[in-house]
Amino acid sequence: MHGFRVGESVHRYRGGVSVVELRGAVALLGRFPALSGIDLSVDAGETVLIQGPNGAGKTTLLQLCAGLLRPADGAAVVLGHDLNVERRAVRRRVGLLGHATGLYGDLTVAENIAFWARAAGLTGSEAKSRAATAAGLMGIDDRLLSRSVNVLSAGQRRRTSIAALAVRRPELWLLDEPHAGLDQAGRDAVDSLIRDAAAAGATVLVSSHELERVRSLSPRIVTVAAGMVVGDTSAGEHGAAGKDTTGGGIDA
Amino acid sequence: MREMFSDARLVATKDLRIEARSRVLVNQVAPFALLVLVLFGFALDADQRTLRTFAPGLFWVTVLLAALLAVARSASVEHSDDAHSGLRLSGMSPSSIFLGKAAAVFVQLMVLEVLLTLGIVVLYGSEIDDPVLMSLTAVAAAVAVATMGTLYAALASGLGARETLLPILLLPVLAPVLIGATRAFDDALGAAAVDGWAWLGLLAVFGLVATVLGALAHGAMIED
Repeated sequence: MHGFRVGESVHRYRGGVSVVELRGAVALLGRFPALSGIDLSVDAGETVLIQGPNGAGKTTLLQLCAGLLRPADGAAVVLGHDLNVERRAVRRRVGLLGHATGLYGDLTVAENIAFWARAAGLTGSEAKSRAATAAGLMGIDDRLLSRSVNVLSAGQRRRTSIAALAVRRPELWLLDEPHAGLDQAGRDAVDSLIRDAAAAGATVLVSSHELERVRSLSPRIVTVAAGMVVGDTSAGEHGAAGKDTTGGGIDA
Repeated sequence: MREMFSDARLVATKDLRIEARSRVLVNQVAPFALLVLVLFGFALDADQRTLRTFAPGLFWVTVLLAALLAVARSASVEHSDDAHSGLRLSGMSPSSIFLGKAAAVFVQLMVLEVLLTLGIVVLYGSEIDDPVLMSLTAVAAAVAVATMGTLYAALASGLGARETLLPILLLPVLAPVLIGATRAFDDALGAAAVDGWAWLGLLAVFGLVATVLGALAHGAMIED
């Protein structure tokens, strides 16, 4: 039994403590348990690196936190909302960068970023202003803005996808291998974006295989294997004994 | 409610802009539909009297076949690079997304129906006796086809193998639209002595029910 007292979790979140609380969370992909009883607690404002081998369940973990998957068992509360009953309330407050770019190939870069800004509920002028800022952060110049996504390189698409995410300014950033396919400038831009988000008080979960690069961003590294958390250490302690992050205040 | 229609307009505008750029309707769906009309002509031995008699049915069978392409294209736009997940994460209500996508398909179907009307007039020699009945029937049937098509495209996407599954799921559901619209067109084109307005009433009810049902059920369809 992993039941949360949801009201209590909301209270704790409002107190600035917990943004992600998973207890024995199971997530299925078809009939396959991609997460088989995962425990994870992430506090507001934390930046956490999720690492692990291919197929460990990192992507599924991020999708679960985004509210795209319903926990098949266990308890999962994100941003104070129980994912069994309030996934839509979570979705509008998180930003998920997946493996796919989520862009419309026949639209231009500017149209894509503007669409996702408007879809997030921003008004015309606000959307335009934020889109310009996000594009600038990702090094997208005016020439690129007017190009159709269909003719972009994989790296340029990735930059556009990240800009379309950044324009929403989510409270919880879920980044699945954000550096993949980017050149050095693009990777630096992603690092800056993560630092800026964290500085603004957002919580960031980053799945990455580039440990050296991400260690500079994240004091905490969570290792996932076979759908479970098998290690949870600060960057300096990585490889040493794991730190218990289960925290209290949850009805198990 | 206002937010729902505003979001629906955003989605519809996006889909129509994509269509304007890709020109799938103009370059693929419309030629396919006109080709089907021509092939029906060959199959019926190019006898204009026979063609005029059967023009309403041939028109609506052609619309349904072309609509399958338009609806499948509307769904594939979201799934080709997983923009579908982005829409689910955007915070827009499933009803808004449904209404937006159905509205874009509706506009494309209306363009197609205008082209096909020209097609049956030129190729089959059909004459329009009641343009008002014909126009209203075209609108009501397009609403029904666009809404049911969008809903079933979402259902087929959830079940996998959407390209092959969609026609099998959708065409039986659209049989009442085919019957009602054909009867109304029989009257409007003077092809048979029926009360077209009564059939139009049935079509309108079907379109309304399909729109409400789609807006309510779409959320369940797009969830995993």
